[in-house]
This record gives sequence, structure tokens and C-alpha cells, in this order.
Amino acid sequence: MARANTNKALMFGYRAYVAAFFVFLAAPLLAAGTFAFNDSLFPALPWQGFTLDWFFNDTEPKLGMFHDRRLLRGLYYSFVIAMMVSVLSVAVGTTNSFLFIRREFPFKNALYILMIVPLVIPGVILGISILVLASNVANSVYDRFEIEIDLLRPGIFLVVLGQFSFITTITTLVISARLRKFDSSLEEAALNLGAGRARVLRTITLPFLRPAMIAAGIVAFLVSFENFNTTLFLVGSESPLTITMYDRMAKVGSTPVLNAVSFFLMVGSGLLALISVAIQRPHPSE
Amino acid sequence: MSQDTKRLSLILLFAPFALWIVLLILLPHIGMVVLSLREKVAPRVYEFGFGNYVDFMNEPIYWNTLMRTGSMSLLVTVLALLIGFPVAYYIAKIAGKRSRGALFLMCLIPLWVSDLIRAFGWILLLRETGVVSSLLVWSGMTDEGIEFLYNDVTVVVGLVYTVILFMIVPLVSTLDGMGDDMIEAGYNLGGNSLTVLRRIIIPYAMPGIVAGCIVVFMLTSGSYLTPILLGGKNSSWFTEQIYDQFITRFNWESGAAFGILLLAFTSLVVWLGLRLSGQSLANTVART
Repeated sequence: MARANTNKALMFGYRAYVAAFFVFLAAPLLAAGTFAFNDSLFPALPWQGFTLDWFFNDTEPKLGMFHDRRLLRGLYYSFVIAMMVSVLSVAVGTTNSFLFIRREFPFKNALYILMIVPLVIPGVILGISILVLASNVANSVYDRFEIEIDLLRPGIFLVVLGQFSFITTITTLVISARLRKFDSSLEEAALNLGAGRARVLRTITLPFLRPAMIAAGIVAFLVSFENFNTTLFLVGSESPLTITMYDRMAKVGSTPVLNAVSFFLMVGSGLLALISVAIQRPHPSE
Repeated sequence: MSQDTKRLSLILLFAPFALWIVLLILLPHIGMVVLSLREKVAPRVYEFGFGNYVDFMNEPIYWNTLMRTGSMSLLVTVLALLIGFPVAYYIAKIAGKRSRGALFLMCLIPLWVSDLIRAFGWILLLRETGVVSSLLVWSGMTDEGIEFLYNDVTVVVGLVYTVILFMIVPLVSTLDGMGDDMIEAGYNLGGNSLTVLRRIIIPYAMPGIVAGCIVVFMLTSGSYLTPILLGGKNSSWFTEQIYDQFITRFNWESGAAFGILLLAFTSLVVWLGLRLSGQSLANTVART
């Protein structure tokens, strides 16, 4: 074994390093989560005792997150946006996977790279470029026809487009990884047994892809929910949660209600992430 | 399948892809280039020209901010690689089968927590009334609270924290594919640990290293929240300049020029990185 050569002290140091790294990873998350339960007006030491007020209390100054209208509205908008983004990006991600895994066409490699590119473009740039294009179109339509297209002004629709523009790359990569593993003799067998193309797709190929599609949808949902950079430029009056929280932090300063939201989001996304991992795990029967 | 239906289904599969890339990626970026080449000569009167780029060149603050963003992003990338590689190697090669999955999951969990919450956590830890400072006062090591926020070291630490997972994940997945026999063979042929690392492990992990570095560099140079929240109002991050031009000054022409410059600069760095390491975008980033 390779590891037998390294001596014990070195190995101990190595393990300590890895442990320290995980402490580093966990520290800010613990800080953000723990102070949600501190019975104090500020998210800081000393510890004043345990409370759930920052979640459920309904009066100022300790207004809990479930009674804070603006935070709840932000949560709602985030949810709506994330749902739309994940449905759209899974749909396009699926067609993209079939396109790149199953088909041959000119310039395939170049187009494949073009498909990856949105993932490495800084989110700020994606946001402003879409804002510029949408405004240009809306302005010229207005100049020519005197029709105002609200959809192309900053708002939920543009936020969805902005997030969709790079999240689709992620869903395509997740779904095509699974499609690549598909044994096409299954399809051939079904075709030989007299099934039509559409039926094969519906009863064999899509069920095979389903775990990857659900996992991609969850990933898209989470990435959309936590996105800030792209959203910042495209947001209208309907601010999603990250923007609302940021405003609160910048204007009011940090209060433990932000910790409560953080805790809520961490638990929620942790659960979703676990579900997506569990779904993608191969079944014993496969 | 007849030739016609095959063609038709290809077109149907191609349409969503083309709409997505053309409408949301290509056209917006072309629009931005066009906008950045417009000079305002009078209210609502514009001329074609490179004025916005000339302004950028003539104003050392802008220029310095871009250079500062670029060099700090490179520093963050190198640090993320140096800190992340041993962890990834541990997860992929040393940890037992069971703890491997758990450790990998632990690495991923912060990935699903918003940048904002992570930065918020650091603020709670590091500000003058924060946890670290309070603990130092409590233990008697200092008399007054210490402000750890609003300096470059904190910004770098915060950025490394935000992006390091994007380094570890591709590294683990490439190192995972390397057989233990390769490392053993290296030792059997008389190599010491350093030689094995340099001649066997690192070359094998190269696609993962390059993929991680590209993603980390792009994420860092394009990041907005972490430098602003941890570095304060004067963190001089380039994305902040773009935001400033767009939202605060409403000077879209120059904001677009800044955006193009950031994109050109980061693409240049990534291209150089790919060139120097002999990798391509398709076999690095796309694999992870």
C-alpha cells in the first residue's frame, strides 16, 4: 500500500489538517445559524439564552421571520422564480442532452463548447447583457409603436431568463451524463417488439432519465434560489429573498431575523441536496 | 426512421438550444459590445467610437481596479488549489469507503448555501463585536475588540472560502479515477513521495486541476457580494465598478465597456491557462 510508506506523525498531521479544513468550512455557517436562537437584539456574543422568537414572534422589535411581510414576500418570489427556472432549464437541458449525445451535426464540438460557456461567464455580465438587450428591444418597440412591453423591463420574467441562461448548462451536463450511460439495446429491443418511437421514449428512455432530471431540477432550484449576481441587475419591484436580505443587511444592519432566515434556508437546501443525492444513487436492481 | 422525420426531429431538438444560446447569450453580448462602442456627444445623441475604452485607459482608478481584481483572483485561485488539493486527495484516496461519501457530502453542503449567508456568517465571526474578537477579549489576549473586517486578507479568506468547493469537487472526481496501483508502481520504481506526487499524481489530476482553476478564477473575478460585504465600500472590486456605472451613474455605455473588458480579461487568463496546461475547455470544465 502506498500509504504505508508515510510515517505516522505525518499522517496525523494530515488528518489534523483535513479536520481543521472542515472546521473552517463549518464555522461561518454555524455562526449564521446559531445566532438565530440567541435571545438578543444583535447577532453577537454573549449568549443570552435560547429563544424561537426570531422565527415566530409577531411584534417589534423582535419580529420573527414568519411574521415579517417583506421577507415572506421575498421567499415567495424566490420560490416562484426558482420553480420556473428549474422547469424551463430541465426541459431545455433534456433536449440539449438528446441533441449532443444522440445526434451528429456540423460544428458539433464548437457548439458543445458554446453550450458550456454560460457557466464560466461572470454572473454580473450575464445580468447586464440581458438587461441591455431587453431594454434596447423594449425601447425601440416603444419608439416605433408606442407600445410598452412590461415583460422586457426589470422584473420576474427577466430574472428567470437571466438565471435560466446559465443554469441550463448545469442541467444539460447532469442529464447528459446519465443519457450517456443508457444502453441503447433496450430501445432497439422495444422497437423490435413493435413499439413506436414515441412510446419507446415515453416508456423506456424517459423513465431511465427521470432520476437525473429530478436531480437536475433540484440543483437548478437551489442555484436559482441562492443566485445574487445575475439577479441583482434584472430585479424589478418583486425582490427575491437574497436581494431582500442584502437590502436589509445594507440598510438596517444585521439582526437575528437574518440568522433565522439563514437557518431556514440552510436546513431547506440541505434537505433538497440530500434528496437529489439519494435520487441519483443507483438502485440495487439496476 | 425515414430521412425526413430524422431531419425534423433534429431541427426540433436543435431549436431550444439555438434559441437559448442566440437569444440569451450571443445577442446580449453583441448588444453589449455595440453599446460599449457608443459615445454620448449630447443628450440622446450618440456616435460610434472607442471613447468609453479611452476613458477607461485614461483613468488609473479603473485600470488599477481591474488589475487588482485580476491579481487577487489569481491569488485566490492558487490558494484554493494549495488548500484544496490535500483535502481532495484525502477524500479520494485515503479516507475509507464509508467516510469518503460522508466527507464529500460535507464538502458539498456549503455549496448549496447562498454566498450571502456565507458572507454573513463571516461578518458575524470577524467584525469588531463578532465571535472571534469577543473570544479574544474574554480570554484576556486583548483589551479591546479587534476589527477583522474590511481588509484585503479577510477578502481573500472569504473568497477562498466561497469558491474552494468548486476546486475540490472536480479534483475529487479526477483523483477518484486514478488506480492505487499507479501510485504503488511509482513507489516500487524507487520514487519518493515527492516524485510520485510530481510525476504521477499531478499529471493525472491535471484536467481536474485546470477545471477547478478555471471555474474558481471566473467565479472570483466575477464575484460581487463577498468583496463588498467583507471588504467594505472601498474594496475596489471590478464588478462593483460595473454596478456603479450601471445603477448609480446610469452610464450604461461605459458600464457595458467595463463588462466587455472584464470578460475579455478573464477569458484571456483562462485561455492562457488552458494553453499553458495543454488542456481544452471540453475535457476539463465539461467533465465535472
